Amino acid sequence: METSDIEALRKTPLCETHIAMGAKMAPFGGWLMPIQYEGILAEHAHTRRAVSVFDICHMGEFRLEADPVSSGLDRIVTQSILSMPIGSCRYGFMLNEKGGVIDDLVVYRLGKASWMLVVNAATIAGDEAHLRAHLSGRYDLDNISEETGKLDIQGPRSPETLEHLFGVSVKKLAYYTFGKFDLGGKDVIVSRTGYTGEVGYEVYISADSVTRLWKHLFEEDERIKPAGLGCRDTLRLEMGYPLYGQDLDADHTPLEAGFERFVDLKKDFIGKAALIREREEGIKERLVCFGSDTRRSPRHGFAIFSGASRIGTVTSGSFSPSLLTGIGMGYVSGSLKAGDKLLTKDKGTEIAVTVVNKPFYGKERTV
Amino acid sequence: MKIPKDLFYTKDHEWARLEGKKAYIGITDYAQAALGDITFAGLPKKGDMLKQAEAIATVESVKAASDVYAPFSGKVTAINEDLAAHPEFINRSPYDEGYFFIMEISDESEKAKLMDAAAYEQYMEGISK
Repeated sequence: METSDIEALRKTPLCETHIAMGAKMAPFGGWLMPIQYEGILAEHAHTRRAVSVFDICHMGEFRLEADPVSSGLDRIVTQSILSMPIGSCRYGFMLNEKGGVIDDLVVYRLGKASWMLVVNAATIAGDEAHLRAHLSGRYDLDNISEETGKLDIQGPRSPETLEHLFGVSVKKLAYYTFGKFDLGGKDVIVSRTGYTGEVGYEVYISADSVTRLWKHLFEEDERIKPAGLGCRDTLRLEMGYPLYGQDLDADHTPLEAGFERFVDLKKDFIGKAALIREREEGIKERLVCFGSDTRRSPRHGFAIFSGASRIGTVTSGSFSPSLLTGIGMGYVSGSLKAGDKLLTKDKGTEIAVTVVNKPFYGKERTV
Repeated sequence: MKIPKDLFYTKDHEWARLEGKKAYIGITDYAQAALGDITFAGLPKKGDMLKQAEAIATVESVKAASDVYAPFSGKVTAINEDLAAHPEFINRSPYDEGYFFIMEISDESEKAKLMDAAAYEQYMEGISK
């Protein structure tokens, strides 16, 4: 890559620190991000066994002061938000009129009419435009992505790490709830959430304090290790969690992706009519999970065949460090069930796979 | 980055260690580091006839799959059976335990199309700039 291309990439406040600590950096969604430190397999295993910290400052955050009904917020997201207790968070989608996914997001309820929306990095501008186009009446929307730093601290030992930082009360956080904590006079939000399938936390802190926190973590606790986006991807894929831009996109609906449980069909929302129609007419494509019997892995973009017919395309595929086989997911037409045999192909490569239920690894952890 | 003196190198980061007509083939330290953790090596079969510069093997890492090209034309005489269970040998020891296969080369003059260690080192300086 040319130097000028690297300069054009966006950088988190931790970029220099990653380079100084020996991370392998690579472009990801327009950002220069750490892909790995000591290696994807080692970092994956460390997250499953102990605790890792990930720089997730590239992700987007919005603050919104708005009555959820009169502002239209409730119509913009698919998850039920009126019933959310203050201090809880909930996963769902923003859809276009066709029911296609504009983004997947987590809504944090900070107060009765006070919210934080956490969105993907590559979709920040589009999400903001969509929010502004559909919010109405009295509301105050602030894109706080630049000034907000985010560290994900994930793994079975993460509660101990968090206790060191914030005291014992942080361990009381239930799954998909959050609290406000003090760190050296700075307000931080800590939620019991993550993208790895392990017990974990996401910490939101001002961008100008995030480097100090990052360094502090390693001084305080020798078990915690830095991890890159490479193992974040293998960890989430083993759980069957979707990645926006690959497994979710504006051309597929949450019903096709198999995430009905994050769509509240009892309320009104943008795209609902399309979803109802889709349910009546039949869902055309479905996101399915599959695994190979070997160490070979189907990859993003491989064609999926059932017998001689092409039925779809692989959206995510990787070696699974926990299972030691290839795993993946992709949209296919027709209805398949666990145990069905498929063939994934790319040029000369053919990898046989078997349809499986998610998650690939561990027990199901429902949101 | 290790670049042993006694090997020949390709621009695609394969190496060959010549012992008369016999050649050990593998990928370089740079290649293994660029790929990251290697999870699978797809090797040619014993007896396969290879043509210089043709794709003859694949190597998969957690993130990606890449082709491996033949440094020489000739016949595969043995493969490194250990790689099936231990692809990580390629990361740990790319020039030794992590070799891919052994071949009998058919035309020693093909060396002219390869780089010696000094030339590969210079080539790598160009890449890392």
